[in-house]
Amino acid sequence: MSEVIKNYIVRENEDYIVNMGPQHPSTHGVLRLELVLSGETVKQVVPHIGYIHRGIEKMCEYDTYKQIVHLTDRMDYLSAHINNEAVCLLVENALEIEVPERVKYIRVVLDELTRIASHQLWWSAYGMDLGALTAFFYGMRDREKILDIFEESFGSRLLHSFNTPGGLMHDVHPNFQKHAMEFVKYFRKKLPEYKQLLTDNVIFRNRTQGIGVMSRETAIAYGVTGPSGRGSGFSCDVRKIAPYGVYDQLEFEQILYEQGDSFARYMVRMKEMEQSLNIIEQAVDKITDGPFTAKVKPIIKLPEGEYYQRVETARGELGVYVVSDGKKFPYRVRFRSPNFSNLFVLNTIARGHLIADLVAISGSLDLVIPDIDR
Amino acid sequence: MNDHIYDFSQLTRHIDESLRAAMSPTWAVVVELVIIGLVFLTFYALLGLFLVYAERKVCALMQNRIGPNRVGKWGLLQTIADLLKLLTKELVYIERADKFLFNLAPFIVIIASFMAIAAIPFAKGLQAIDLNIGIFYIIAVTSVGVIGILIGGWASNSKYSLIGAMRSGAQVISYELSVGLSLLSVVIFSGSMQLSEIIRSQADGWWIFKGHIPAFIAFLIYLVAATAEINRGPFDLAEAESELTAGFHTEYSGIKFAFFFLAEYINMFIVASIATTMFLGGWLPLHIDHWAAFNRVMDYIPSIVWFFAKTFFIIYVIMWFKWTFPRLRIDQLLTLEWKYLLPLNLINTIVIAFIVMMGWHF
Amino acid sequence: MKSNEELVKYFTDLLPHAQVSEGKQYVEIVVDLDKWHETAKTLAECELKFDFMVDITAVDYIPKFMIVCHLTSTTTRDFIVLKTYIEDRDNPTIDTLSDIWPTAEFQEREIYDLFGIRFNNHPDLRRLFLEDDYGYPLRKDFRDDINMIELKN
Repeated sequence: MSEVIKNYIVRENEDYIVNMGPQHPSTHGVLRLELVLSGETVKQVVPHIGYIHRGIEKMCEYDTYKQIVHLTDRMDYLSAHINNEAVCLLVENALEIEVPERVKYIRVVLDELTRIASHQLWWSAYGMDLGALTAFFYGMRDREKILDIFEESFGSRLLHSFNTPGGLMHDVHPNFQKHAMEFVKYFRKKLPEYKQLLTDNVIFRNRTQGIGVMSRETAIAYGVTGPSGRGSGFSCDVRKIAPYGVYDQLEFEQILYEQGDSFARYMVRMKEMEQSLNIIEQAVDKITDGPFTAKVKPIIKLPEGEYYQRVETARGELGVYVVSDGKKFPYRVRFRSPNFSNLFVLNTIARGHLIADLVAISGSLDLVIPDIDR
Repeated sequence: MNDHIYDFSQLTRHIDESLRAAMSPTWAVVVELVIIGLVFLTFYALLGLFLVYAERKVCALMQNRIGPNRVGKWGLLQTIADLLKLLTKELVYIERADKFLFNLAPFIVIIASFMAIAAIPFAKGLQAIDLNIGIFYIIAVTSVGVIGILIGGWASNSKYSLIGAMRSGAQVISYELSVGLSLLSVVIFSGSMQLSEIIRSQADGWWIFKGHIPAFIAFLIYLVAATAEINRGPFDLAEAESELTAGFHTEYSGIKFAFFFLAEYINMFIVASIATTMFLGGWLPLHIDHWAAFNRVMDYIPSIVWFFAKTFFIIYVIMWFKWTFPRLRIDQLLTLEWKYLLPLNLINTIVIAFIVMMGWHF
Repeated sequence: MKSNEELVKYFTDLLPHAQVSEGKQYVEIVVDLDKWHETAKTLAECELKFDFMVDITAVDYIPKFMIVCHLTSTTTRDFIVLKTYIEDRDNPTIDTLSDIWPTAEFQEREIYDLFGIRFNNHPDLRRLFLEDDYGYPLRKDFRDDINMIELKN
């Protein structure tokens, strides 16, 4: 990289320093961005994190593998199910547990439903960030349908901890398949509304196109994954490059946009919702009858060694790294959270833009703060 | 024609005559001023309450919601409950703020809107002062409000407030031009700045119809520029809650915040009523040539109803803007004004002057 | 994408000073502490081009620390693990990789925050989550008498 970008504050006399957060409407959580402004132009963004650091990695060292699953919910709470699956897959791969086919397809359907719900929430909040308050209610209206499906099967709507090493906690509701298909049909009809309300809006396009351009090289260098990375043409969909579960048996596209601006990141997520609907449609049909879990010992002990599992959450690549010493508690657990890397690219891509653009850029990165702090 | 029905001038004349009969002329004027003041104060408060309620209902309509529906029938008392809440709230004392200016700012904003409302003709014969430079007076007075915003933002000693206030200053000063120029087009058409005269000139047709396309363009520009001038979405950059938390009124609480809030809604009403007066014939009923029966029916609708119906239609359109569009960025906002609206407006004004000179308008 | 055996062969030739093993999942490369930065640079510039640092973290094997780095190539999709050990427990230091992969700057700050491992040449080595006077909680000998999360078997 030609220019050395400093990520700490270098004060000059005329600088106007504003603390955006930890309580601010558009940081979506307890994130503090220290902004160095020159007029309204952002000269530097220095993120300060740790306001919601709970030491999940340390807690994991004193929990059994089944308990760890429940902690992962609390990282990226919008991709709760996918986070759970990461730990479950790791344990299953380590112990070579053969998970029933039924479970694999149910997991895929849940993954994609979670992804859609997460993108819907992001879409709603992104509209709000840009001042289109009505978008919020349209996104939430449709997200409610997914949460209803979750509630019907698991009793909880957001953090359902439904995965467990070896399979599922219990079987899904008999109506699960029917309602998932109904949702697919319903949401296909509603997606054009999203297009009318935001995507095709002139003001919206002017606010996002060409704003916060992130080159492919920057994305790779800063480890920006997920839709944010794919908006820069960085092919980083773990579902494609290192398939887990049954993703290799399903047909879907990896959405790639080359522009790398906020609008590209926006479009990746919009198209991804359509792809997720396709995946659900394929996977629902393949849910066969069978057991909802494989036989797993009540106390799981992983053989000594190191394990790594990558999954694609709604925000990017989640890596779970477990070091086991053969006991029932892991020796060390490390979560490579997608938002952590996605956050720190902000300084690079937001400098030189206005405050309003900073909001548009940080919104398009779709940050979930508890996932950054862990 | 039944011009005399629903004519408020008879009522006002009657009050005037009876007051003059009862006391000396000086005292009569004083009492009249007090009456007008009280009437406007009441009207102002009720209008504020109603507009806040209307905004919430319109917003709910746009957002697939029901809106306020718990306090009173259809939630009609919701804003009164809100008002009581705001009145009982603590006024937060800001350390190291410029206290005098901090307290003064909400009053400047609210007085500006209060002064403007005095010159608006609500119905036939119902107008507090009919200045011969009425429209000029309103433009001048409404732009005082921004001084209050600037003072409030500066005196709060908060960085967000200051940014909001500066944005607001830049925005209002820019859009003042477009508002003035688009209103100038009607002044050219009617040949007068007196509001009653402008309305009278529309007796045979509203300027938006009579003035060909240029008048319509002027109307659209006015609508956009006026929305920007009152800091409402999609031009609400001074508040921009997702960027500046609440912009210039971040530090205000309780009734001082309510003053800003109220002034915003009253300003919206003023802007809409000016649009009504200038382009949509004010309190005049809708007449269509050669439709005698239709015109007669229209005449039976009181002029005050006509005025408020048109005004609330404009208000509805302004609310509609706010709840559908994303917010503009400050540079886009200024680009829109200086690069598009202003040149278009200048050309439009020249075209109108030419039309009027040649006598091509109806 | 090469198989693990091919990768082992490739890296044995490329990095004569490193111990390359096939590992359970991915190919593991263990280097000495003083060769850490040099090896990382070689890996980033070799023909497989490991340009994407997925993760860097530390593990506390009392008394030594292991720094482990997961690398992948965005062109060939090979995934490898790079490791080194720090013996000095009282004053653990290691070269930073943030000049090779900018994302390491923040991951290393996290390691510094939670393990107390210092990174040489790091542009901005500050605590990330915790306060300056807090201990290093992910060290195995960390004791917090106020908020105990320890289980006694």
